[in-house]
Amino acid sequence: MLVPLMLGITLITFTVIHLAPGEPVDMQMAMNPKVGKEARERLTKFYGLDKPLHEQYFTWLGKLARLDLGRSFSSDNRPVLDKIKERLPITLSLNLVALIIEFGLAIPIGVLAAVRRDTILDKGITVVVFLGFAVPTFWLALLLMYFFGVKLNCLPISGLHTLGYESYSWLGRLWDLTKHLVLPICVASFGSFAGVSRYMRSAMLQVIGQDYITTARAKGLSERVVIWKHALRNALLPLITLLGFSIPGLIGGSVIFETIFAIPGMGQLFYQGVMSRDYPVVMGILVIGAFLTLLGNLIADISYALADPRIRQQ
Amino acid sequence: MAMTGLIVVLLLFAVSLMAPFLTPYDPSAINAWDVLQAPSWKHWFGTDELGRDVLTRVLFGARISLKVGFVAVGIAVLLGTLVGLVAGYYGGWVDSLLMRCVDIMLCFPSFFLILAVIAFLNPSIWIIMAVIGLTGWMGVARLVRAEVLAIREMDYIMAARCIGCSDLRIILRHILPNALSPVLVAATLGVAGAILTESALSFLGIGVQPPTPSWGNILTSGKDYIEFAWWLSLFPGKAILITVLAYNLLGEGIRDALDPRTMK
Repeated sequence: MLVPLMLGITLITFTVIHLAPGEPVDMQMAMNPKVGKEARERLTKFYGLDKPLHEQYFTWLGKLARLDLGRSFSSDNRPVLDKIKERLPITLSLNLVALIIEFGLAIPIGVLAAVRRDTILDKGITVVVFLGFAVPTFWLALLLMYFFGVKLNCLPISGLHTLGYESYSWLGRLWDLTKHLVLPICVASFGSFAGVSRYMRSAMLQVIGQDYITTARAKGLSERVVIWKHALRNALLPLITLLGFSIPGLIGGSVIFETIFAIPGMGQLFYQGVMSRDYPVVMGILVIGAFLTLLGNLIADISYALADPRIRQQ
Repeated sequence: MAMTGLIVVLLLFAVSLMAPFLTPYDPSAINAWDVLQAPSWKHWFGTDELGRDVLTRVLFGARISLKVGFVAVGIAVLLGTLVGLVAGYYGGWVDSLLMRCVDIMLCFPSFFLILAVIAFLNPSIWIIMAVIGLTGWMGVARLVRAEVLAIREMDYIMAARCIGCSDLRIILRHILPNALSPVLVAATLGVAGAILTESALSFLGIGVQPPTPSWGNILTSGKDYIEFAWWLSLFPGKAILITVLAYNLLGEGIRDALDPRTMK
C-alpha cells in the first residue's frame, strides 16, 4: 500500500516541475538574470530535459531512490539533501514541542468543556475555540511580536540566538534559546489547538453517553475516575488519527512561523527556495515533506492498532 | 450565532460591492504628505507607508478575499463532488483508483504544494484561486463518496434503475441532490479556509501582488513597520478574523440545521 502512494507522490511532484510554461530552464533564466550559462547546463542535465517525459521521470526517480536530490542553485551550490538534513531537526523538534503543548492543553480543555456541557465555562471555551479557528497564525505572530517584542521589549523576535551567544555559559545559552523559542512555539502550537480541543469535546460527549459510563457511575466510582479514566481513555482513540492528520498542517505551517521569526528551519529553506526559484530545493522539500506525512500516518495507524484491542484482534 | 454569521457575511458582500462609494479615497493613490499617519477622524484606520488610506485598502481588500474564497471553493466543490460521485457510484477499481489519488494528495502539506506551484508559475489572482481550489477538493470528495455509498443502497435508487433510468440520470437526479447537504457545510467552511490561505500567501508576498490591496499584503507592510505603525497590522488582521469567524459560524449553523441529530 505504501509503495503506490510513494510513487504517486513522486508523480505529482514531477508534474509540478513540468507545470511551468515552456522549459523550466528558460523560465529560470527569465526570472533570474544572475543564472549563468553554467547553471543552465547543469539544470538541463539534472532534469535531462532533452529526453522524453517518461524517461525524465524514471531518471529522476532513480536519483531520488539513491537519495540524490541534486544541488541547490543558490551561490553555495551544496547538495540539497545536506541542506535539508541540517534544517530538518530544527523544524521537527520545534513542531514536536508545539505538538506536545498543543495536545497537553487541548485535551483537558476539551474534556472540561464536555463535562460541563452547556455551562458558562463550556460556552466561554466555545467562543475562544471559534476565535482560535479564525485567527490567521501569521497575524497572531505579528501581534505577539508587537506586544512582547516592541511594547514590552522582553522577548526577542527573530532568530534562535542573540548575537555573540557563544560567550555565554551553557545555562545562559539554554535560557537564550528558550527566550527565542517562546513566541514561535506559541504560534506553532496555536495553529490547530482550536481544532483539537473541539474534537476532544465531541469525542468526549459521545463517550459520556455510552452505557459503560452509566455502569461505571452506577458502580459508585467517583466522578473523577469515571471521567479521567474510563471516559478519557476511550475518547482519546480517535485523537490518534487526528495526530496523523495534523502533521501536514504542522509542516506546512512551519513555512509561516519560520519565515516570520527568521528561524533557520526547513520551512524557511522552502520559502527561500520558492522566492529564488531554487528548483532542486523546492522539489526536494516537497517530496520529503510528503514522505514525512506518509510516515506520520503510518505511525498513527500502528499506534491506533496498539491502543485499541478491537482493531488488534482483526 | 449562525444568524450573526449570516448577517456579517451579507454585510461583507454589501461592503465589497459598495467599496468605491463608502470612502472618499482611492485605494492606490499615493500621498506623500500623509505617510504612516495614526488613525484619526480623517483616516479612521490610519495610513500606510505610501500615505494610502488603510480603511479604503481594507474595504477593497474585501473584494479580493471574497472573490478568492468563492472561486477557489467553487473549483474544489465541483471537482470533489465529481470525484466523489463517480467513485461512490461505480465502486470497484474506479473507486480504489480515485480514493488512492485522494490519499496521495492528502500527503502533501497543502501549503507546501501551493507555494511550490506558485513558484513555478507567475502569481496572479486567477492562478492563486485555481491552485487553492485544486489542492482543496479531497475532503469534499470523501464526504460525497460516503454519502453516495449510503444512498446507492436505497430503495428509490433500485426503483429508478427498474424503470430504466440511465446511470447519468440516477446520479444527477436521484443521488446528487441527496448528497449535497454535507457539501454545503464543507463549502461554507471552505470559504473561510481559502480566505485564510490567500491572506497567508499574500502576506508572504507570493499571493495577490501590490498595488492591488489584499488583507494579506497590507499585513506585509504591517510587519515591516511593526515598530512604528501598529494600525497597519491590527485592522486588516481584524478584518480576516471577523470574516473567517462569520463563515465558520454560518457553516456550523447550516450543519446544525441540516443534521436532525443535533436538533433540540
